[in-house]
Amino acid sequence: MAKQSAKDIVLDPLFNKNPIALSVLGICSALAVTTKLETSIVMCLAVTAVLICSNALVSLIRAFIPGSIRMIVQMTIIASLVIVVDQVLQAFAYEVSTTLSVFVGLIITNCIVMGRAEAFAMQNPVGASMLDGLGNGLGYSVILLIVGFFRELLGSGKLLGFTVLTVQSEGGWYLPNGLMLLSPSAFFIIGFIIWAIRTWKPEQVEKGA
Amino acid sequence: MSRDSVAGTFLVALVLCIVCSVLVSTAAVQLRPLRLANKERFQKKNILIAADMYDASKPINDLFANIESQVIDLETGRVVADGVLDTELFDQRAAAKDPNLSEAIPSDKDIAGIKRREKYARVYLVRENGALKKVILPIYGKGLWSTLYGFVALQDDLDTIAGLTFYEHKETPGLGGEVDNPRWKAKWVGKHLRGASGEIQIEVVKGQVVAGSPNENSQIDGLSGATITSRGVSNLVRYWMSDEAFGRYLKQLDTSATGGTDG
Repeated sequence: MAKQSAKDIVLDPLFNKNPIALSVLGICSALAVTTKLETSIVMCLAVTAVLICSNALVSLIRAFIPGSIRMIVQMTIIASLVIVVDQVLQAFAYEVSTTLSVFVGLIITNCIVMGRAEAFAMQNPVGASMLDGLGNGLGYSVILLIVGFFRELLGSGKLLGFTVLTVQSEGGWYLPNGLMLLSPSAFFIIGFIIWAIRTWKPEQVEKGA
Repeated sequence: MSRDSVAGTFLVALVLCIVCSVLVSTAAVQLRPLRLANKERFQKKNILIAADMYDASKPINDLFANIESQVIDLETGRVVADGVLDTELFDQRAAAKDPNLSEAIPSDKDIAGIKRREKYARVYLVRENGALKKVILPIYGKGLWSTLYGFVALQDDLDTIAGLTFYEHKETPGLGGEVDNPRWKAKWVGKHLRGASGEIQIEVVKGQVVAGSPNENSQIDGLSGATITSRGVSNLVRYWMSDEAFGRYLKQLDTSATGGTDG
């Protein structure tokens, strides 16, 4: 792998190699927690924290990990970190953690985390791996925040719980789009984002598509 | 010892397991007091919301100081006698799953869809100058996707609803999730549990309540697009207020009330 600058490692996953838009990983949580912007933000922080720490730990012990149990070792590290993050959320952000419910635990199965441990942290030094974790966490966050923004705004006329568009049932003019509150709407929004990014950067379009 | 030898593999696995388990258990133990405090705070907040006593500008514990908690025996409807169980530590959610503290509900009576019902329940009383003002009862039952957990508060006539709130459910946001909508919850306030003959009549109807219909005072508008959640809420309130659950307690409370306007 060609040597990348620190800046590239952090900024590339935002648009050039976005884990959701290019690799289409981590879709499950992108659908599940984005009905409100607040839950999206907390989820982004949680995933980014897990990514940075798991990349750092995997990279730190990469010289000692036997090839035959490589993935189990990564999984164990990720699972432990996710449990810690879940406990921290329950201790310091209880009400948000009740709305996120199982999806914090499901960060364990978020392909981005394991994907980066396997693809990057196993071959690179600790510092670069942490930056890669940060970059991919931010890439995931960009998409989640866009999806969360549109779903909360169009679905309930609010942003972070504050009324932006007064809905008709409360005497306003805005008729909320119920689809936005259901999971399929996140597919539509992610689809539009991928379309936009690939129009902007045509080199991301798969050949033969 | 090489990294990929059998012994090396076992050693790495063992060390990793120990380090990870220490990490996880340290976090769990260290943060436990905070988590439990949050849980209790959240529970108290919801009780206050149900009783319409919540005020975001005041500390929850101060507001809660006026509320008295009791553990009652649902079978007899009386307060649990000393020594039967540790009322300080009684956890109703855990009791519902404990075979010794719960009993199966015959399927024809299980309208709330909960299969087992705990034998004891924790109820909350609000008194003013010694006279009972409100009673707050925990309720739960199946909606569409999940079990809804909440509280219902009754006025001192033990028939008029003072408030209703759900603190935990996984219904569809925007459809069944509208059980959290304050405007819908407000529709419950002032409705009557029972009809003239004392039968439980409270019900969530499909669509809107027809003005002037005979049971108008015991009916609540259904949530549009959430027929099954609405029916679930209707059934669980009816179940918990019936003689199968809190009915006996409410009757007993009724007769023991002194100097009230009821009776």
